[in-house]
Amino acid sequence: MGATASHLGKDLLSEYQVSNVQEPAHKRFTELLSREDKNLPDPRAPTEAILTLPELKSNPFRERIVRVFSTSESRDGLTFEDFLDLLSAFSDSATLEIKSHYAFRIFDFDDDGTLDENDLEKLVNCLTGETDETRLTPDEMKQLISNILEESDIDKDGTVNLSEFQHVISRSPDFVSSFKIVL
Amino acid sequence: MDCEYNTSVLKTGEGCDTRNGKPTSGRKRRRRRESKKERKKDEGRGSRNAQHAVDSGERTEKERQRKRRKDREEKAEHVQSLDKSKVNSRDFAAKNKKNLKNEKTRSKGRSKRELEEGEAKQPQRKGCAKAEENEQDTCERAGKRKGKKKKHRKKVETSSEQESSEDGDKEGEGEDEEVEEEEEEVEKEVRPETLTPEELEKLKEAVDDKKKLIQALRGKPWPMKKKHSTLRESQEFLEKYEGALGKGKGRKLYAYKVMMNKKWMKFKRDFENFTTACIPWEMKIKEIESHFGSSVASYFIFLRWMYGINMILFGLTFGLVMVPEALMGRPYGSMPRKTVPRAEETNAMDFAVLWDFGGYAQYSVLFYGYYNSQRAIGWLKFRMPLSYFLVGVGTVAYSYMVVIRKMARNANETGGGDENSFNFSWKTFTSWDYLIGNPETADNKFASITTSFKEAILEEQESRKDDNIHLTRFLRVLANFLVLCCLAGSGYLIYFVVRRSQKFALEGFENHTWWERNEVNMVMSLLGMFCPMLFDVISALENYHPRVALQWQLGRIFALFLGNLYTFIIALMDEINLKRKEEDVVQFNMTMWEASLHNNTADNSTAPPLFTHPADVPRGPCWETMVGQEFVRLIISDTMTTYITLLIGDFLRAVLVRFLNYCWCWDLEAGFPSYSEFDVSGNVLGLIFNQGMIWMGAFYAPCLPALNVLRLHVSMYLQCWAVMCCNVPQERVFKASGSNNFYMAMLLVILFLSTLPAIYTIVTIPPSFDCGPFSGKARMFDVIQETLESDFPAWISKVFSYAANPGLVLPFMLLMVLAIYYLQSTSKSYKEANVELKKKLQMQNEENKKKNKRAALKAAMELEEARKAPSSRTAEQHYNPSHQHRRHDMADSRAGSFSSDQGKNGDDQAPFTDCRRSKPVKASASSRGRHANQGATAGYPAGHPRQSEPSRLQRVASTQRR
Repeated sequence: MGATASHLGKDLLSEYQVSNVQEPAHKRFTELLSREDKNLPDPRAPTEAILTLPELKSNPFRERIVRVFSTSESRDGLTFEDFLDLLSAFSDSATLEIKSHYAFRIFDFDDDGTLDENDLEKLVNCLTGETDETRLTPDEMKQLISNILEESDIDKDGTVNLSEFQHVISRSPDFVSSFKIVL
Repeated sequence: MDCEYNTSVLKTGEGCDTRNGKPTSGRKRRRRRESKKERKKDEGRGSRNAQHAVDSGERTEKERQRKRRKDREEKAEHVQSLDKSKVNSRDFAAKNKKNLKNEKTRSKGRSKRELEEGEAKQPQRKGCAKAEENEQDTCERAGKRKGKKKKHRKKVETSSEQESSEDGDKEGEGEDEEVEEEEEEVEKEVRPETLTPEELEKLKEAVDDKKKLIQALRGKPWPMKKKHSTLRESQEFLEKYEGALGKGKGRKLYAYKVMMNKKWMKFKRDFENFTTACIPWEMKIKEIESHFGSSVASYFIFLRWMYGINMILFGLTFGLVMVPEALMGRPYGSMPRKTVPRAEETNAMDFAVLWDFGGYAQYSVLFYGYYNSQRAIGWLKFRMPLSYFLVGVGTVAYSYMVVIRKMARNANETGGGDENSFNFSWKTFTSWDYLIGNPETADNKFASITTSFKEAILEEQESRKDDNIHLTRFLRVLANFLVLCCLAGSGYLIYFVVRRSQKFALEGFENHTWWERNEVNMVMSLLGMFCPMLFDVISALENYHPRVALQWQLGRIFALFLGNLYTFIIALMDEINLKRKEEDVVQFNMTMWEASLHNNTADNSTAPPLFTHPADVPRGPCWETMVGQEFVRLIISDTMTTYITLLIGDFLRAVLVRFLNYCWCWDLEAGFPSYSEFDVSGNVLGLIFNQGMIWMGAFYAPCLPALNVLRLHVSMYLQCWAVMCCNVPQERVFKASGSNNFYMAMLLVILFLSTLPAIYTIVTIPPSFDCGPFSGKARMFDVIQETLESDFPAWISKVFSYAANPGLVLPFMLLMVLAIYYLQSTSKSYKEANVELKKKLQMQNEENKKKNKRAALKAAMELEEARKAPSSRTAEQHYNPSHQHRRHDMADSRAGSFSSDQGKNGDDQAPFTDCRRSKPVKASASSRGRHANQGATAGYPAGHPRQSEPSRLQRVASTQRR
């Protein structure tokens, strides 16, 4: 803890009603900071450090996750509050609405508020992994994306927007249980 | 920026309202929100237009804006005139300050004087949209988070009309809250004492709003900073004003109450934290989760849940039955039922006997037979038989409650509904398991997701063509027939074995081998081990989709286990009947024996006074203990088989594969034996059946829950270790949560099926005459009646006897059936309504989209025409005055659509030239982006009737506004 504890005092910590992970979270967060960062008033853990967290290490969306939850100008690095945000969105107690909201933003690779074909393609590529043998062929990709759009693009505008996304997600039996990160 | 801007508008509006001392009515708020939304749209368009205005000349823009402003002012005046009478002077001053800060404020609640002032200033301020934007920039305080939000909102706005209106509502909420923050600022000047009842009422409302906000805060997808600041502000607000609501003494009480409430909340939170910290094995499960994904972890979570339940069952039986009997009951050896009989005494301490729960183990608190029928024991006068009975009932009741509660919670969590409609979307959006933290597992997951995609695509293609359906059907029937044969065979085998073991038991176990003694349990365990494999092979015939195949497999294993269990029970029943016949014989013999004893003593008066050691007294077979013993043995052998298969099947195999791989002709790790996968469904089923046996046998062997706790505890560690050390992640990962309720439903079925025989035996079979807490009674449940009669006042037993009267019970049951029927039908109708609403929503969405498309098409057409217009205008003027006139109309209504945004329709006051008119049209058309382009490329039928266009344009305007 050390220096940061003085900035984020115990009484302040106790105000975060998010979930009961604050203290371990704070500990883990301070581990991510470099020594000189710890003395800053509002320290920001660099993206590279966050990506090395074992919980995020193998996640194909890890860069997106950091980007979505980062509140800095350049969209990299997380403050402790951002970090808590992340944890609370991925916690057990977060509602389906919150989870789907953030999932949507994570999947929205170009940050334009809709999932268009490019977003979907990137998403599918993330899901199938980096190697060539697991990649889908262009034909399969095209088929897949058209199928996805057919199912979830209710208003047929060629993109999936937030409400359509939430509509789809809310039916899913296992989204809530798998959209979770435990520290 | 935009957000900030609008917020400030609203703030003052709301603030003014508060000061007026009028309760903020929903209607007003809505109106405000609407007007705000319109304004925002205007601005959006304004800024967009501004870019075009650069090339199209600024004058049009200015004129239009001025007009718009005028409209707004008129409207504001109208609103103001309604409220004016109630505005007091203090409010005025505050308002003025605000207005100076923020020019937008004027549109709401302004006075005449200011209106004039504003009129003078506005040309400079609002002259062009760019200046406006600059101003917004300068007044941006909150910075990015709001900017972000705004950005997000803007995106959504462009995506669809429906969406934007929805989101608008959300913004409305968000801003309402900020409004309240502002409101708070205003009210700081207000002293609680000076409040009128009306104001108090409002304050109360605000306080309630804050409370609601605090409660709903968690469910908002806001950044932490915002949540935090909102929370703190509202808490401060509450602290400040909640106390003000009461008067005098009442206020103190209120403050006290609030304080206590806060303390209580804090305590609750701390307690919650404490309980979460107490949940065992969290780290272990997390590690497994990260290596194997959520499906394997779900087994361990299930195991932990079971452990919790068994802990409670164990607490009940241990605390209320075993300990009191051991401490306060008569000691061992004091009476026949508590003593090892003379014949067994020699080897009662042998390990083999104890392992079978015979000897000293049989005559201990572990089994039913040991308990005495004495009504009250010890200095506490503990009602032992009653306690025994109630604990038995309580165990079952508690289990039902827990399982059903869990099921209901699961059902709530899952959205439920249409399984197949979102097949692909689910695969894409929800298939990643965020818990996975191990690179190897992640690779497996990638592979499995890819396979599932490919399969799904193939399936989609294949679903169009159908293969030989007759062959498939035949194979499926054949497979089911084979499975049925298997089931019947295993059932018969168990029945046969149990009967044989009874014969052995009659002959005495001593003359038989170990196998013959343990035949029943071993056969059951072996069947449980090999039949599922057989089913797996058979199911290859059926060619089902893997998920369906898994369900069939689970169903079959379930049937097998259930069949085995029930055959076992039926065989046990036979045995119980045998024992009861034996009991009659013994009872007869006993009377003979007693009589002979008496005769002896009568004959021989010099003999010592009558005393027989309890070990020598002849006794009945005590079928209850026998049943308990059977179950305990079953559990033990089941546990042993599980552990041994774990060690041999998983560990030994892993070791062999790992080390023989160096000197083997093919790759063992990738090839045939490979490492084993963790079989989630099989393990869950095993657990469920184990629990079923516990429920069934717990009444006759109070030690069963304790044994089970032990078993689960060891299982947890052993299986965690085995899974991490010798299993590989599954290639095909089935999501656990989907089948979660499936497992729970199985558990419920098992619970029901296992309580059935237990209850049947309790109710119908008379207890043994010389052992157990109910000895000497006709039925076990007589203990209730006995307690009612002797321990309670007479009227209670009377009430009970009335309540148990069929005349009362039957109508009650009828009522329950009716209630169930009613609830079911209402739920069905709700479901239907739900489906209807869903359809409606979809239709509306489609309709909206169609409208939008049409509008875009129209706009594109207009654009085309406007381009053509300058070149052909002169000619047209000469040729076709009527056509020209029509076009005029059209353009008018076009302009009207803009002015109507301010709530005013088609009233075109400003004289426009033809040329200028074409500009806004162009601007709007290009601002609509893609649809317009699509429309343009799609083209438009040449002979399209034009008469209807003005009306259509009106409709465009209305959709735009929505």
